[in-house]
Amino acid sequence: MENRSFIQGFVGRPEFGPLVLLIVELVVFWSINPDFLSPQNISNTLAFTVELGLIALAMTLLMTSGEFDLSVGSLFGFSPVLMWTLFNGGATSLGMGFAIALVVAALIGLVNGWFVTQLKIPSFLVTLGMLLVVRGTALFVTDGFPQRTWSAEGSWLAEILVGDFYIGPFRIYASLFWFIGAALLLGYVLTQSRTGNWIQAAGGNPNAARARGVNVNRVKVGLFILSAVMSSIAGVISSLRTSAANPNSGTGYELEVIAMVVIGGTALTGGRGTIIGTVLGILILRVMRNGIVLIGVPGLAYNIFIGAIILGMMALHSWLERRHQAGT
Amino acid sequence: MAEPLIRMTNIRKSYGRVQALVDANFHVNEREIVGLLGDNGAGKSTLIKVLSGAVPLTSGDIFVRGKKVNFRSTSDAIAEGIETIYQDSALVTQLSIARNLFLGREPIKPPRFLNRMDQDAMNSVARDLLKQVGISKNIPPTTPIGSLSGGERQAVAIARAMHFDSDLIILDEPTNNLGVAETQGVLSFVRSARDSGHSCIFIAHNIHHVFQVVDRIVVMRRGKVVADDIDPKKTTVAEVERVITGMSDKEIRDALAEGARPHD
Repeated sequence: MENRSFIQGFVGRPEFGPLVLLIVELVVFWSINPDFLSPQNISNTLAFTVELGLIALAMTLLMTSGEFDLSVGSLFGFSPVLMWTLFNGGATSLGMGFAIALVVAALIGLVNGWFVTQLKIPSFLVTLGMLLVVRGTALFVTDGFPQRTWSAEGSWLAEILVGDFYIGPFRIYASLFWFIGAALLLGYVLTQSRTGNWIQAAGGNPNAARARGVNVNRVKVGLFILSAVMSSIAGVISSLRTSAANPNSGTGYELEVIAMVVIGGTALTGGRGTIIGTVLGILILRVMRNGIVLIGVPGLAYNIFIGAIILGMMALHSWLERRHQAGT
Repeated sequence: MAEPLIRMTNIRKSYGRVQALVDANFHVNEREIVGLLGDNGAGKSTLIKVLSGAVPLTSGDIFVRGKKVNFRSTSDAIAEGIETIYQDSALVTQLSIARNLFLGREPIKPPRFLNRMDQDAMNSVARDLLKQVGISKNIPPTTPIGSLSGGERQAVAIARAMHFDSDLIILDEPTNNLGVAETQGVLSFVRSARDSGHSCIFIAHNIHHVFQVVDRIVVMRRGKVVADDIDPKKTTVAEVERVITGMSDKEIRDALAEGARPHD
């Protein structure tokens, strides 16, 4: 009986569906092409996974609070452009350029949060506007051309963010540890800390939260800042790893990130979020992108699969939700 | 006579040209359940919003135990021991019972910089409180509010107000949409709140529910308090209905004959 209720509880968790889907994906791709689980392929997949993953982690908290941020992809492109422009112009060191890029990102997050909480404009519209402003600035500043980057190898910033080493046959980037650290920290914040309780309350029932003295606006503004800063860090990590700073990079990431978060089981309407689910959602989409290319499906068909996964997972989550509400 | 727990004098509230409250006077004594009645638009909700800090008053004074107060937000009112329970907006359905009880006042485990909630303490207090308000079923405190019935949710909200020692618990339509058994449950939570030293304002459209539980009935009409000392033991529902509508017996009969209802 005890065992049965443990299994029932596990199956009823929002992370259960994504976990099963990830396992199915891994088994299917591996059985069609055993190279799928080769150390080289795993290393490549992980390197890119963490960059989008950092944004998805922050987005999980923001969406739990009932908001979302469409400007993340534009910041992913803009921040490295700003950093390299400052560095190439001799204005700052690379480290200082990075710090300035983070501060600018934090200010952009603050503006997003201010528009949403003070002017009561839906985050969809505010961050859509910000997407255009930030992307437009990146394109205007660079005339649309990629910035000159120098091989960042040897710089302390590059070592800290994307330094690589081998564990057995696996090539691991330092960014993986930043991602794991961020996942643990934000998972702790969401489930264990009182801030996490406020985030969930802000998304679930902001009026009730306000009535209990929770500063809902401050919580949301803080999360918009977190989202912007994480996107900025992710953009810089990607830029240092690939030695490129393209003003167009990150285009479309906002929707992919939101897809990762909702596939993982975080409610689009707010109030409920899961970092473990998001990590699974990140892996599901990255494995899918990598796997369908590896088994010979044209890369252009990727979106068909992603769309199907989103629809399928939404149906599953809604079914679980109804079962849960019915108390079964 | 002793100073009442709450005294509101000459309260005016206008929304533009609309006068929602016109020199309303209202008081609640210690350990008293007051039933606040009135037709739609009589000013009950506005009076409660002013008292709970949700809207600012235009003019007038509010005293808590004789001390003049100035509420700028619901937090100010909560700090003075005034807790308002709205039927649907009091709780976060996604959070557990325990997390709802302590929302905004979560106990922290040392070391404090980790900002970690003391979930064991929250669960244990929640378990005791649920027993205290008389929820008979064995509901674990980790149950999400979303899976509770309407009556159980009211009980959780009342338990929270009692735990944080609110002197005055305002219940806005607590029996709306509840079944017979659940309504009786909520009425008994209200009685147990009074018995443990709290005062309540009970607003309900169903006058029969009000009669079952309150010590005194206050009636509002067109932004004014028109009767503030009706003893439910010494009057009838029909009598109170007449005060609410301001109609005589004959007028009520005529209105009913025309198919209209004096109240809803």
